[in-house]
Amino acid sequence: MKSLAELEAIREKALKEMSLRDNTGKIRVVVGMATCGIAAGARPVMNAFVEELNKRNVQNVNVTMTGCIGVCKLEPIAEVITPDGKKTTYVKLDPEKARRIVVEHLINGHPVKEYTIGEAE
Amino acid sequence: MIYRSHVLVCGGTGCTSSKSMEIIDLMNKLLRENNLENEVKVIHTGCFGLCEKGPILVVYPEGATYSRVTLDDVKEIVEEHLVKGRIVKRLLLGDKEAEDVSKALEDVGFFKHQVRVALRNCGVINPENIEEYIARDGYRALGKVLTEMTPEQVIETVKKSGLRGRGGAGFPTGLKWEFAAKAKGDQKYVCCNADEGDPGAFMDRSILEGDPHSVLEAMAIAGYAIGANQGYIYVRAEYPIAVKRLRIAIDQAREYGLLGKNIFGTDFSFDIDLRLGAGAFVCGEETALMTSIEGKRGEPRPRPPFPANKGLWQKPTILNNVETYANIPVIFLKGPEWFASIGTEKSKGTKVFAVGGKINNTGLVEIPMGTTIRTMIYDIGGGIPNGKKFKAVQTGGPSGGCIPASLIDTPIDYDNLLELGSMMGSGGFIVMDEDTCMVDIAKFFLEFTVDESCGKCSPCRIGTKRMYEILDRITKGKGQPGDIEKLELLAENIKAAALCGLGQTAPNPILSTLRYFRDEYEAHIYEKKCPAGVCKALLRYVIDEEKCKGCSLCARKCPVNAISGEVKKPYRIDSDKCIKCGVCMESCKFGAISKMA
Repeated sequence: MKSLAELEAIREKALKEMSLRDNTGKIRVVVGMATCGIAAGARPVMNAFVEELNKRNVQNVNVTMTGCIGVCKLEPIAEVITPDGKKTTYVKLDPEKARRIVVEHLINGHPVKEYTIGEAE
Repeated sequence: MIYRSHVLVCGGTGCTSSKSMEIIDLMNKLLRENNLENEVKVIHTGCFGLCEKGPILVVYPEGATYSRVTLDDVKEIVEEHLVKGRIVKRLLLGDKEAEDVSKALEDVGFFKHQVRVALRNCGVINPENIEEYIARDGYRALGKVLTEMTPEQVIETVKKSGLRGRGGAGFPTGLKWEFAAKAKGDQKYVCCNADEGDPGAFMDRSILEGDPHSVLEAMAIAGYAIGANQGYIYVRAEYPIAVKRLRIAIDQAREYGLLGKNIFGTDFSFDIDLRLGAGAFVCGEETALMTSIEGKRGEPRPRPPFPANKGLWQKPTILNNVETYANIPVIFLKGPEWFASIGTEKSKGTKVFAVGGKINNTGLVEIPMGTTIRTMIYDIGGGIPNGKKFKAVQTGGPSGGCIPASLIDTPIDYDNLLELGSMMGSGGFIVMDEDTCMVDIAKFFLEFTVDESCGKCSPCRIGTKRMYEILDRITKGKGQPGDIEKLELLAENIKAAALCGLGQTAPNPILSTLRYFRDEYEAHIYEKKCPAGVCKALLRYVIDEEKCKGCSLCARKCPVNAISGEVKKPYRIDSDKCIKCGVCMESCKFGAISKMA
């Protein structure tokens, strides 16, 4: 290592890889991954979230899974929970929609109304 | 590889001996079988601290902490949690019903009261990956020091922080570095005492196993401060995992140019080598350690001259403890004022303790100086098991003393403990309950120091042995009037005349137990009784005549024919013949035999 700048570069890169371990102040994306979810195609949805977030270098979002949320016919379902506790429930997702949610909601802060559970009723 | 989950498994010695490495292997195998090897990364880390509940496993991003994980649990964790996202509640540590599982540990006393400074990276990073250390601001302090500060400023910073040696003596670190910096010499050395000889102490081991780079970085900073370009870490060979992780860390640091020539492009060069100890407690003593590095038998020598002026190979040398070094990088990153804001007036910062003995939460804790013994035992330690009464706590290992229950509200810091007849030591914290015999405890610690005496000076070589013989007689019921006075006289003389800390502090456990529990010594000597019911020779096995059915089983089992009687009538034990083996009590089917003090 010949300079502090090099150290900083390694630090940035390693921090990104370890960002999963930091829980504070993050937006949580909880993807339903019960049997109903998996059958409806939740895994590609989750992977789409993870890949898109990584592609766009977003550090303040954690993607986790959960069991059956209850409204099985609306799977794949994903809930977006902000640090202040506000919850947005997205239903009938696919990888395409997931990517749009990353850009519009997670990065720019505008929930995608048409995908929410309110609209589905 | 974009991982969506990290699984951290504790790879400290404690959890390793409970198969944490096999757990990692099995988990990797099951992840491959479930096609998750590209999504879930399994990492081994250092000690989380709650060793009582190990092996510990933490799954991110949820932050679920699982405890007492066995090989049989791995399948469930993979299939339920990693595949389906369902937390395995029965293994969860803390509040099992917590809605946000990452907050489950928030109210757990063991973690709530800790302030992890020296242990900041233990349980968080993979100690065998230098980049994870760098991610957590590793080597940034060294960079700052080399490019922005002069050696004098470095020493000023350490002095300002108020950091005192964590190896036991508590000497101000900044002052030690200043002496060495001012000393004249063409070659200077920076040494690290990683011998950790106190029985039951594993603070340094956990730092070396969980965050070895923190020590390397600190030693380089010290080298810059005093003008040394070579460091030695003297680590005991009984710590194979620590040795391995240190070797890997040194190699990686060299590879990344953080050790070696012209670090960060400056003209400061520094390298570190390991020297392995061979099992001698005395080699944890400053001058004996250096003598051992020089290749000679580890024996201390008189001071002055102090090592800061004439140490290793007669060159100016500083020797600091592992935990002392672990605090250094943070002092430079967060500032000495931040460090000095923690703790008490004369004892700044935090201290790592290895909590053991009669306590529920055995493990490793780091607390701000000034935390009371009561908080340590009840809030952090979880209290005494089996509802027993707290009797005393031994701090400082074989060099320390005990603090009785009446002083439980004492804030823990260097000076308070010294005043009470004990010392901080390296961080041992052994809790004792009503079933502990204080004479027996004193004998236990003295037995250790007698064994470890190097033999160079008479007060220690001969004196401690004579003290031990007296204690041994007392515990075997052969104590005589005058024994306590002899012990006190011997103690006084050994403390005054022994050459090094081993001898000078060997009498401490006896003096301390005499100060607070003299009545127990007197009971052993004058009444031939052991109030705690521990000293075997002073126990009496008695048959309760109401419960005895006269079946003669005990008499037949007794190896020395001490039990006699007629069948169907109560039997009697002859105390003079009895060797207190306890076989009769074990064999009696009617619970008629008990032992009495």
